[in-house]
Amino acid sequence: MSRSAAPQTDWTPDQPIIALKDVRKSFGHLEVLKGIDLHVMKGEVICIIGPSGSGKSTLIRTINGLTPVTAGSVKVEGQEVHDDKLDKLALRRKIGIVFQQYNLFPHRTVLQNVMMAPVLVLHENKREVEERARSLLAKVQLSGKEDAYPAQLSGGQQQRVAIARSLCMRPDVMLFDEVTAALDPEMVKEVLVTIKELAAEGMTCVLVTHEMGFAREVCDRVYFTDAGLIVESGPPKQVFGDPQDARTKEFLSKVL
Amino acid sequence: MKTLFPLTITKITWRAPLALAVLCLLSAVTAIAQDGTERVSALDTLIVWIPFILEGFGLNLLMSILAMAIATVAGVVLGFMQISPIAAIRLPAKLFTHLFRNSPWLVILFAIMLLVPFQITLPGGDKVLIPDWIKATIGFSLPVMANVAEILRGAVMSIPSGQWESAESLAFSRYQTLRYIILPQCIRRMLPPWMNWYALLTLMTPMAAILGVGDALGHTQAAMEAAGAKPEFLIPFYLFLMTIFFVFIYPISIYTRRLERRFAAGS
Repeated sequence: MSRSAAPQTDWTPDQPIIALKDVRKSFGHLEVLKGIDLHVMKGEVICIIGPSGSGKSTLIRTINGLTPVTAGSVKVEGQEVHDDKLDKLALRRKIGIVFQQYNLFPHRTVLQNVMMAPVLVLHENKREVEERARSLLAKVQLSGKEDAYPAQLSGGQQQRVAIARSLCMRPDVMLFDEVTAALDPEMVKEVLVTIKELAAEGMTCVLVTHEMGFAREVCDRVYFTDAGLIVESGPPKQVFGDPQDARTKEFLSKVL
Repeated sequence: MKTLFPLTITKITWRAPLALAVLCLLSAVTAIAQDGTERVSALDTLIVWIPFILEGFGLNLLMSILAMAIATVAGVVLGFMQISPIAAIRLPAKLFTHLFRNSPWLVILFAIMLLVPFQITLPGGDKVLIPDWIKATIGFSLPVMANVAEILRGAVMSIPSGQWESAESLAFSRYQTLRYIILPQCIRRMLPPWMNWYALLTLMTPMAAILGVGDALGHTQAAMEAAGAKPEFLIPFYLFLMTIFFVFIYPISIYTRRLERRFAAGS
């Protein structure tokens, strides 16, 4: 499917769909990211783990341009994200993001939440969008909740609506920013199952997560961050089974 | 408990103006008693003039509704200008807002009366007279506009930043975010203070009488004048005038308070 708004790049699908090079971010005097290199291939599932305050959320938010970088380059499908000339909206059509706090629109029903962006932003046919929205809601096990308002749903249900809402834009990449951190333990699983299904279908996913079991089982590669740097990366078997860096060892010994 | 409470409120709502009306009548009766019966009583005079005073009150309502409509539309525009990322839009809007929020209403009213021409010439050459009550309406709308702008700005600021972020991430433009996500959530928060300002505005409309507009106050004074300008008219006439405003405004303020409580409990 062609995307008319995207400028031409020489990107081909065998190159990383997301490529971060020496990304730095400071908030005032506080340097949160101190030179991050990271790449994601199409269809990969990447987990970013690490202690709180290590810059994981800032990192993932630079990928869709929500947080501007201080220095370095973030490329999505070969396009520089932090380029003032770039049509940010065209970029965001390609990248879905789900937040810790769900951020559903409280004044709209579940179905409307899912339908709004494709109808208003992409000007797609309303009937087609509705059909897609209903099937996505069915996919995240929320059939029958179409006309409910977000406040009437549990946290886990709201988070699944948020996932369906992002998917309805048919993104190429999905970002998940600690999506289970605000949930009660029994609701974590239902959200993780949804993400696992997505990953199995070949969706490119980047997750910031504290769910080590999930990272180990589902991810293709794990990045371990500490104090604004990537300390270690590799397949989960290697990072979890045979960590090389002392900081990774210490962190894993605490959480596992 | 939940059902009893509003019931009590309703009783108060209708008892209070009733009490005031009774007071008004009593004072009128006292005036008659003091005067004896050979002259036409103040109460009888009042009853004769009531339709005339109510006609004036109609103009107060018209001015208040029109001024509120102007203030709401202009205030919403001004409020949005105040949160614009472009300084050239934001700063003049802020100045404009603060100017009208912090000026005495009467001064604004006088200024508008003198600044707005009494007639304008249309492009076709026809001359249109601008009646004083229209000018007064514009004068009332300006301070309320500035306050509506502040209410809007405050409401927009109170929406969690996550709403902006998720709209932005779904590729909504700034305009679309405001139009479809932020503003609908603001309306609920804005309604109680907006109603408060409407009540206040309505109570200010008799200021137009100072400038010769034939509103309820203007008509009341004219009626007393026409009936012989007797001192015993003062209490019944003015009490009646206060009563009609009270009867109109009090239910609004009760309803406003109820909305505020409901929103506070809801969120």
